[in-house]
Amino acid sequence: MSANFSATKPSQAGTSTAPTRESSGTHTTTEAETKDCVLVEAINMALHYEMARDPAVVVLGEDVASNGGVFRATLGLKQAYGSERVLDTPLAEGLIAGLSVGMASQGLKPIAEIQFMGFMFAALEQLICHAARMRNRTRGRLTCPLVVRMPFGGGIHAPEHHSESTEALLAHIPGLRVVIPSSATRAYGLLLGAIRDPDPVIFLEPKRIYRAQAQRIDNDGQALPLDTCFTLREGEDLTLISWGALISECSQVADQLHAQGISVELIDVATVSPLDMATILQSVAKTGRCVIAHEAPKSGGIGGEIAAQLAEHALLDLKAPVLRVAGYDTVMPYAKQEALYLPGVVDITRAIQQVLAFG
Amino acid sequence: MRGRQQFSIHFLQYLDPQGKLDLPLPEWITDTPLVLAIYENMVLARLLDQKAVALQRTGQMGTYPSILGQEAISVCIGLAMAKRDVLVPYYRDAPAQIIRGMSPAEVFIYWGGDERGGNLNGASRDLPICVPIATQLTQAVGVATALKMQGEEAVVVVSCGDGATSKGDFMEAMNLAGVWDLPIVFVINNNRWAISVPLAQQTRAATLAQKAIAAGIEGLQVDGNDPIAVYEAISKAIQRAREDQQPALIEALTYRLCDHTTADDASRYRDADELKAHWQEEPVLRFQQFLHQQGLWDADREKAMQQRCQQVIDTAVSDYLALEAEPPSAIIDYLHAFLPYALETQRAEILLKDNAIKSQGDRK
Repeated sequence: MSANFSATKPSQAGTSTAPTRESSGTHTTTEAETKDCVLVEAINMALHYEMARDPAVVVLGEDVASNGGVFRATLGLKQAYGSERVLDTPLAEGLIAGLSVGMASQGLKPIAEIQFMGFMFAALEQLICHAARMRNRTRGRLTCPLVVRMPFGGGIHAPEHHSESTEALLAHIPGLRVVIPSSATRAYGLLLGAIRDPDPVIFLEPKRIYRAQAQRIDNDGQALPLDTCFTLREGEDLTLISWGALISECSQVADQLHAQGISVELIDVATVSPLDMATILQSVAKTGRCVIAHEAPKSGGIGGEIAAQLAEHALLDLKAPVLRVAGYDTVMPYAKQEALYLPGVVDITRAIQQVLAFG
Repeated sequence: MRGRQQFSIHFLQYLDPQGKLDLPLPEWITDTPLVLAIYENMVLARLLDQKAVALQRTGQMGTYPSILGQEAISVCIGLAMAKRDVLVPYYRDAPAQIIRGMSPAEVFIYWGGDERGGNLNGASRDLPICVPIATQLTQAVGVATALKMQGEEAVVVVSCGDGATSKGDFMEAMNLAGVWDLPIVFVINNNRWAISVPLAQQTRAATLAQKAIAAGIEGLQVDGNDPIAVYEAISKAIQRAREDQQPALIEALTYRLCDHTTADDASRYRDADELKAHWQEEPVLRFQQFLHQQGLWDADREKAMQQRCQQVIDTAVSDYLALEAEPPSAIIDYLHAFLPYALETQRAEILLKDNAIKSQGDRK
């Protein structure tokens, strides 16, 4: 994967009079440790960094303390920060979410883990009816600076309810930010950004790449901005948009097409809500062609939202229809047939060729 | 864990429905200002309630959930709590919120359809009222966890109705309060009805208080129309929560003398004789009779107090009716601490739409 990316800040953001986020940004330690990390280790490193820096941060969930999380994302936190700040909860997702809302309303910064996204549904009432609305319904008197981490997505041959991608359900809720890293470096920076955000953030972790390619990370506490797409690779012929685990396949496709003389611009959306359309529109204005790839079912997905906004704002820039490569509108198959469901290199390549061949 | 255990649920009542004494009175009863405050706040609650219903019926306010007949519970919650404690109320808790500093006008503002009614004058750290059933209970254990972690000697009081005890959140919250020794008091306003569904269809349990036993915390049932029993139970439970980190559940038995809300008509599903019988047990008259028996009350005092309360209500109504509309951008400006740039276009559209609506209004 290309390590070379830039965070493009949209030009119209300059017109906003909003003050800068003081809680965000750099908190450089004197000697930043540098480590080769896979994605789940980067998450663990970010959690350690922020628990050490900010005493208001607490971690809670099922199996997060003594066991260090079923994926080991919270490893060593209890040993380092104690069982007062790293809390094994009873097995009740609705409770975990309600507990986090209550904690956040009183000045703590809870980071809750829902063990798998397929078990989030009992927590949704709290996230939708309370976390997303607390600031609004108290007119700023109380706030809800919490993070809910959830592993999501398919491809690890897990049991039923362990492989779905339902990010669009969450992205539809005003007041929730939905952030999805696609590499170890972005997981580190985006998680720090999520924890420091003064409002609720859902942080979805693509577990298929939890232990994929390691990257060198400076443990310097540098947060990455939310609400911003990352242009991972610049190109002229077509804009390829994706997020999460599928970014790996998209990079492979871009590499293969590069060898054939086709130049693909790859955008990692990263924060799927609120959506940074400025970066996408800028890219499509240049390339005139666009393919969107996501693992979630096609209908009602975030790809549809991006395509609709391209139709609204970029019709005259487009030289071909926008195509989506996505999961099917069916129940996520069990392990034996999940490969059939998951979009891959072949599907993405075919869609790109189709768009390039148009007109 | 051991196998064989025996449990029982105690029922606490000092005043029978005629205001006569069943038990020797608790010591705090010599605190006359407190005793009179219980009465005055119940009267204020009843007048505020009548006014809210009247505002709704005359089209000046939206749907409103009355608290008629249940005043003692919320008033005693408000008076038993210390300022530093945190209230996590449900939607029949305006009396407690007002005692804790909310302006009575905010009741009308909130139910009049204005988010500023959840602002509680901007100062409190109490949670706003909760409309979804039972979700406040798991939040309350989060608040209690935060207070405990931050080393505060503060207690959380959270309330709910009898219908809420059928939801998982109720057991999940009590269960955690037990496991984590949280400084929290759960209070159930058991008014016997969840809209049209009577308590017998919510549970086969003989009491709701006994549900505390399964969570390993103390459970007590009180006569919720007996302010002495309610205040005694809640203040003692708060004290134990504060000093010993002992959570408790108090089931206050009362009766919903009103419809569920102004959008409901209880005569469709509730027997008129049942309602009439329960009017004999209501808390305000019961406590007034007690005050007379104690030599603390007379007609002149009653008149002066009624005037004081009426003054408060009149001020609240005029403050509510005089409140200027929020700027149109308020519907999006409080969503996040900083407006995401992705929403700037929509914010601008809201301002344009507001202008269009206003100029249409001008033409009419």
